[in-house]
Amino acid sequence: MSWKDPLMQAPFLELRGINKSFGAVQVLRDVAMSVRAGEVTALVGDNGAGKSTLVKCVGGIHPMDSGEMFINGSEVHVHSPREAAQLGIEIVYQDLALCDNLDIVQNMFLGRERTSGWVLNEPEMEQLARKTLDSLAVRTVSTVRQPVSSLSGGQRQTVAIAKAVLWNSKLVILDEPTAALGVAQTAQVLELVRALADNGLAVVLISHNMNDVFAVSDRIAALYLGQMVAQVKTTDVTHAQVVELITSGKSEGQQA
Amino acid sequence: MNEWLASIRKGNLGALPAVAGLIVLCVVFSVMRPVFFTAGNFANLFTQAAQVSLIAMGLVFVLLLGEIDLSAGFTSGVCAAVLAVTMDQQGFPWYVSMGLAIVTGSVIGLVLGFLVAKAGIPSFVVTLAAFLAFQGVVLLVVKAGNIVPIRDPIIIAVATKNLTPLLGWVFFGIAVVGYAAVQVRSTISRRKQGVTADSWNTVLLRVGAVAVLLGIMVAVLNQERSRNALIVSLKGVPIVVPVIAFFLVLGTFLLGRTAYGRHLYAVGGNSEASRRAGINVDWIRMSAFVICSTMAAVGGIVAASRNASVDPNTGGSNVLLYAVGAAVIGGTSLFGGKGRVLDAVLGGLVVAVIDNGMGLMGYTAGVKYVVTGTVLLLAASVDALSRKRASVST
Ligand SMILES: Nc1ncnc2c1ncn2[C@@H]1O[C@H](COP(=O)(O)OP(=O)(O)O)[C@@H](O)[C@H]1O
Ligand SMILES: [Mg+2]
Repeated sequence: MSWKDPLMQAPFLELRGINKSFGAVQVLRDVAMSVRAGEVTALVGDNGAGKSTLVKCVGGIHPMDSGEMFINGSEVHVHSPREAAQLGIEIVYQDLALCDNLDIVQNMFLGRERTSGWVLNEPEMEQLARKTLDSLAVRTVSTVRQPVSSLSGGQRQTVAIAKAVLWNSKLVILDEPTAALGVAQTAQVLELVRALADNGLAVVLISHNMNDVFAVSDRIAALYLGQMVAQVKTTDVTHAQVVELITSGKSEGQQA
Repeated sequence: MNEWLASIRKGNLGALPAVAGLIVLCVVFSVMRPVFFTAGNFANLFTQAAQVSLIAMGLVFVLLLGEIDLSAGFTSGVCAAVLAVTMDQQGFPWYVSMGLAIVTGSVIGLVLGFLVAKAGIPSFVVTLAAFLAFQGVVLLVVKAGNIVPIRDPIIIAVATKNLTPLLGWVFFGIAVVGYAAVQVRSTISRRKQGVTADSWNTVLLRVGAVAVLLGIMVAVLNQERSRNALIVSLKGVPIVVPVIAFFLVLGTFLLGRTAYGRHLYAVGGNSEASRRAGINVDWIRMSAFVICSTMAAVGGIVAASRNASVDPNTGGSNVLLYAVGAAVIGGTSLFGGKGRVLDAVLGGLVVAVIDNGMGLMGYTAGVKYVVTGTVLLLAASVDALSRKRASVST
């Protein structure tokens, strides 16, 4: 496990003072967070802490009420998923957001189809999809023309991840990618997550599973009731301390 | 071939039920009433199926989104009335009236689509209201008890005249060569890129099958159908056939080969995922309604041409249900995300064959409706069951 000295490198993504309410319910309070390239940042927090909401704000799904967002030090404003994608931000959503009636290639290129003139360039898309899946060392899908409805949970997760890395993305955010997976599939996905960071991408991994978090992450950011209560190096904390942060929002041995 | 069988087992039946149904129905009616199996009746089938198939083609776009347009029948009535009244009472030339009728359809679709996509009213309610309102509009435009005649020879020709036999073969040649060219080009480019491609045998088989099928069709339609050919000759492919073929090719291209078509399927499959993929879901919804109502206008023009008149019931009674039935019988899912424009044509033919065959057998309209309703229910059950099967097999 290697991470570069944080002082040497400005964060790829920096969030400051993010607030978000749904009606009367304030889900995010003054959230700050930074994510570095080449690292896996684990975002932890109890159910309902606001993790998915934070991710959707970054991805342009929900507008944030207030707050600032910086990419490589310059301020950006994201109003739609397309704008997020243009900044190199790709999100693998908790519910995967795949279209069951479309095949793997069609899903991977959804909304960003390759065309020549008016006509879809199917061979090119199929080839690129194949290449991306191969580069992720995915051997589990036999044909990329399979409809997504015929895939297993692990295969769907892989397709969703492949969809995110297809685009020269710089930041990949994965929302509980292993929640519905078995042991072997979980290991495979975690390996993939680590590989993304080792290839120089900034990665945010949302997970409930402490083993997963300690297995792959370089840093841990903890949300508690919509507030960012800690951002620490993984090597500086113990399982018990992180669990305490998640459940009570504070920890004895924590050096904020 | 094996892949095809496997996908059928998974509940992906495609055009199979409609084609099988067509063959069975044709055999049964031909045995019971030999007159069914004549060139004259064969030509009738196409003109009978035309209006319903054209409306059903547009409905496929709306059904793909999991929405419905119950007003498509009377939309075609309103547009037919616009055509007839502007020609008969304003004396507009046929092309101006036809343009007005089609624009009327598009505007209706825009309004329906806006109410569904932007105002968020369920399409069932919006189009049920429109169904009632348009019925009234036709009554107001045509005036109750009236019939507006259509005299323009060009409009009349659309649904009642035929191509010369030679022109029929020219169209046949264009269709087969065009289809072969598309197939060969796509196979070559897929091979060059090294991705999955059909074998040349499969391509040859497909092109051959299309050529034989169309060839038989043109040959039969080119036969003399007149009882007394010396007085008036009646032969050739009905003009509506190339009209339907045009929209079939256009719609198939749009759905299968363009990003727009891909997005339509995506929104029908998972609209939230489509939104997150950056697709403008509202725009896709509105456009589907515009296409649907515009095709309804085309259907209305064909209906007006066939009857040489428009009355308050044009596009009414069973037209809409037959059109929805045609799409579903052809294999388009009522749950959204699955369907093709070809379904509308195949299903339209099934509906026309039932209507025509049972008419020849002397059954009353009552029996015909009951049978058609049963067939629609059967098709919807196949749809629901195959969907269940597909979700179980994951
Ligand atoms: N679209 C929404 N509308 C209203 N409330 C929402 C919406 N999305 C999330 N919430 C609420 O926001 C809170 C945080 O949810 P979420 O971000 O999904 O938490 P987490 O992903 O950390 O489990 C929850 O109380 C949830 O009910
Ligand atoms: Mg969540």
